[in-house]
Amino acid sequence: MRIAILGFGSVGRGIARSILAKNLDITVTGLADSRSGIIDPAGIDLAAALARKENGGPCGGPDVTPGDVVAKADYDVLVEVTPTNVDDGEPALGHIRGALRRQKHVVTSNKGPIALAYPELRALAETNGVFLKYEATVCGAIPLIHAMQEGLAGNTISRLYGVFNGTCNYILTRMGEDSLTYEQALAEARELGYAEADPTYDVEGIDAGIKLVILANTILDMQTTLDDVERTGITLLTPEALRLAEDQDCTIRLIGEIVPEAGVLRVSPRIVAKEHPLVVEGTLNAVTVETDLAGDLTFIGKGAGSTETASAVIGDLLYIRERHVQGS
Amino acid sequence: MKLEMRDRPGQLVAALQPISAVGGNIIAVIHQRETPAATEALDVQIVLELPEGRLSRLLELLREQGVNVVRIDEERLLYECTLIMIGHLMHTDLSDTVGRIDTTGSAEVTELSLVMPAISSPSSARITIRSTTRTEMKKAIRILRSVAEQKNLLIIEPLEDT
Repeated sequence: MRIAILGFGSVGRGIARSILAKNLDITVTGLADSRSGIIDPAGIDLAAALARKENGGPCGGPDVTPGDVVAKADYDVLVEVTPTNVDDGEPALGHIRGALRRQKHVVTSNKGPIALAYPELRALAETNGVFLKYEATVCGAIPLIHAMQEGLAGNTISRLYGVFNGTCNYILTRMGEDSLTYEQALAEARELGYAEADPTYDVEGIDAGIKLVILANTILDMQTTLDDVERTGITLLTPEALRLAEDQDCTIRLIGEIVPEAGVLRVSPRIVAKEHPLVVEGTLNAVTVETDLAGDLTFIGKGAGSTETASAVIGDLLYIRERHVQGS
Repeated sequence: MKLEMRDRPGQLVAALQPISAVGGNIIAVIHQRETPAATEALDVQIVLELPEGRLSRLLELLREQGVNVVRIDEERLLYECTLIMIGHLMHTDLSDTVGRIDTTGSAEVTELSLVMPAISSPSSARITIRSTTRTEMKKAIRILRSVAEQKNLLIIEPLEDT
């Protein structure tokens, strides 16, 4: 199977390393980051591209743009793993459209295009007889979308809730464990690389909100946007509040919740009993799905990370290969 | 509720047994002998907690035991919900915040723990509300949410469906 990768940050490099480390029989014929690109029908030397990037250089030459890779490279699947833009999904959205129109499958970890334009992209994929897969957009390594679409097909989901943001979970875990203030816990999360310099996207619940929109729109037959998510972040939480919860064997976690029948999408800090399976430590994610046939299921795993997110992307790639790609 | 039963050994136990059978919890039993004599009846007052919708079954079981229910007082405060509030709780009149729930008559604040780390920084409080029914609890939480919005307080609700 031949793939083209757009984005050579944490996720893109994780995919490249996994392809090198394991005998996955995947050839990368196109690769681009924000500054450069390479197209090589015979297969790009991933080890060399990784070395260039890790020395602070570009992955390829400045004359090849991501648009060139989408339009000209010879690939079966476009792997779109650039950073999320929640406002208009660009430039990823345009690249995904371009690949689908060329009758190429698309696998993405980018939340923007899926949250903003899933119905359109799905229709485009169907028209062109290709797959659009996005497991890595929600909860990193946890195969939640696959589980809901395939394993739980036939179930009616009455409620879905959980910890969708590892950064917030880390901050709240530390505030509870060691009575750190929000500011102290955030500083620690930054030092460890769990939080961005501008943490707004995580701590205000935007990231969790987008994940809810993706699940609602792509699996639960809802039509929602980020504006439909009732959203409260964790920036105002105090160590005293966590202590008051702990006094009653509870703690506080940022919980994303969907109640399809009531049309509720909500991200807010909630009091949760410590023994509840959703109370996970550190940067872990955990999601409980309430269904009619299967009962309640809780999924726990790493919600971010280079290799972990690559796992979800590779899962999608191999899914497509088994079902669709000819001659590989 | 106030019960009337025959003054015979074993009658009181017979009257109490159905309460646990329907999942109720006895809070107090007041047993008065000095009721107008001449009758063979004994008056007993029982204070109990009962899950919603079980009262009619309890009355049926009591009748089967030959116990006459003389009076049933209003059902009260069976649902409990604990929330946490963060913000300038004192400066925004905490007693008014509590009062807005208490004045509903069907829900009330039964416990409040307040931590005030420093005068200028926000305080945190754990607040327990009890109500007669689930609907009244939802109403009380709606009131609290709107008060919080007015007073710029953060309300942390439990994960369980409120």
